[in-house]
Amino acid sequence: MEFRVNHPILFVLAGILIAVVLAQSVFFLMKALKRSRQLGMDQKKIRKTVKTAAIFTIAPAVAIVISVMTLSQTLGLPLPWLRLSVVGSMSYETIAASNALEAMGQALGSGSALTAQQYVNVLLVMTISIMLGIWLVPVIGKKLQNGMVNLGKRDAKWADTFSNALFIGMIAAFLGFVFCDVSRLWDPSTRFITETVIENGVEVENKIPVSATSGLIPVCVMGVSAVVMVICGLLMRKPKLKWLSEYALPISLVLGMAAAIPLTVWLS
Amino acid sequence: MKKNLSYLDSVHRDGRIWNLSVMVLLMAFPIVVAVVFGVLPDWKALGVGLVATAPMYWAVGAIETVTYVPMLGAGGSYLSFVTGNISNLKLPCALNALEQNEVSANSEEGEVISTIAIATSSIVTTVIIIIGVILIAPLTPILSAPVLQPAFAQILPALFGGLGVAFVSKNWKLAVAPVVLMLILFIFVPALDSGTVGIMVPVSALFTIGTGRILYKRGVL
Repeated sequence: MEFRVNHPILFVLAGILIAVVLAQSVFFLMKALKRSRQLGMDQKKIRKTVKTAAIFTIAPAVAIVISVMTLSQTLGLPLPWLRLSVVGSMSYETIAASNALEAMGQALGSGSALTAQQYVNVLLVMTISIMLGIWLVPVIGKKLQNGMVNLGKRDAKWADTFSNALFIGMIAAFLGFVFCDVSRLWDPSTRFITETVIENGVEVENKIPVSATSGLIPVCVMGVSAVVMVICGLLMRKPKLKWLSEYALPISLVLGMAAAIPLTVWLS
Repeated sequence: MKKNLSYLDSVHRDGRIWNLSVMVLLMAFPIVVAVVFGVLPDWKALGVGLVATAPMYWAVGAIETVTYVPMLGAGGSYLSFVTGNISNLKLPCALNALEQNEVSANSEEGEVISTIAIATSSIVTTVIIIIGVILIAPLTPILSAPVLQPAFAQILPALFGGLGVAFVSKNWKLAVAPVVLMLILFIFVPALDSGTVGIMVPVSALFTIGTGRILYKRGVL
């Protein structure tokens, strides 16, 4: 059979796998919903949780669709469709595909169509290199979770503080990350971004100069999102506007993203 | 209490079956492609490609497992480590749901809520990607419009602004030290950027647990 990156068979294979992953999500959703009824949890609140999660997911999911589109130009559609529906990301898949192809003397996006053998190598490198989390959770997940359960039995208040500390630690790291390019304001040597492009089959690193204020774009976007969240929080106190609590995070996310459009024009 | 344990146990049992099955199926994909198109992998190049890629991502995967499993809950962990996008989607979604329902992450209610949020988010993501793949021809010019690019480039700051306010304001005593430390590190250490934020999450989490323990012992929290 003659190989091409958009061969119908590849769509069928990717489709089967994605159906299984979708089935797993549906299975766990049903299981948790059933348990919530057994525990006598307020089903109105549960429905709200489902609604909020669904609405909040839309914008990040569209961003993933854009990654699928970008990757499909070199790898065909089925492979990024599968890879971004399971663990993985735009940057990971690009690095894995580049490494796999480079080892075969080929560059990603060099223009020449992938052969079946190159495709299989790319798939194997991508799949094996990201596999750890999928099998490590079944191996040590229960131990880690039981550790948390036992912590809660010994000292419930400290266990809550411990969980909050984990969450806060993650959020603090991302807040710091938002500020990582602020030094462009006073350090001219950091005022560039590197972009890797393929020219005549060779990877070339281009340094693109950026403005001193460009590092403020993410900071301002975060500021807008934070202010929107505060406003939602204040409005939610009015009984009539209590419904806002379901939408506060999605609204602050989308307005922050929208603000990025003019902010990027002004600051770069 | 016995019932409580049996639900969590059943989550672990089902999660193990699902994740190991998905793993086998994912590995079957390249093998089936090789068989159908009648090729063998280029073994030597595969070795070189794996050496260049796997060690780093296995290390990241191990750190992520230890860091995120206690935050995601049992059901949420099995799902998140299959469907991905943990720090930019699944975990914020779960956090927001716990916050909204005012339940502790360590309670069984918390476990149920975070599983519901993460499962819903996984389903919606998968379905939106399917729609995107079906409609790729008409959607490509719209979604790749230059005017929209900054919005998608700034999705993380837009997400963590709102989430940060909600969480930091409720735990500000716990948050001061790690936020200050991370700001200083990210602003003044040039090596820290979007590529290294994943490594800084466990560092920051450990630091917060450490300072949290001190504050807790002193009765500040």
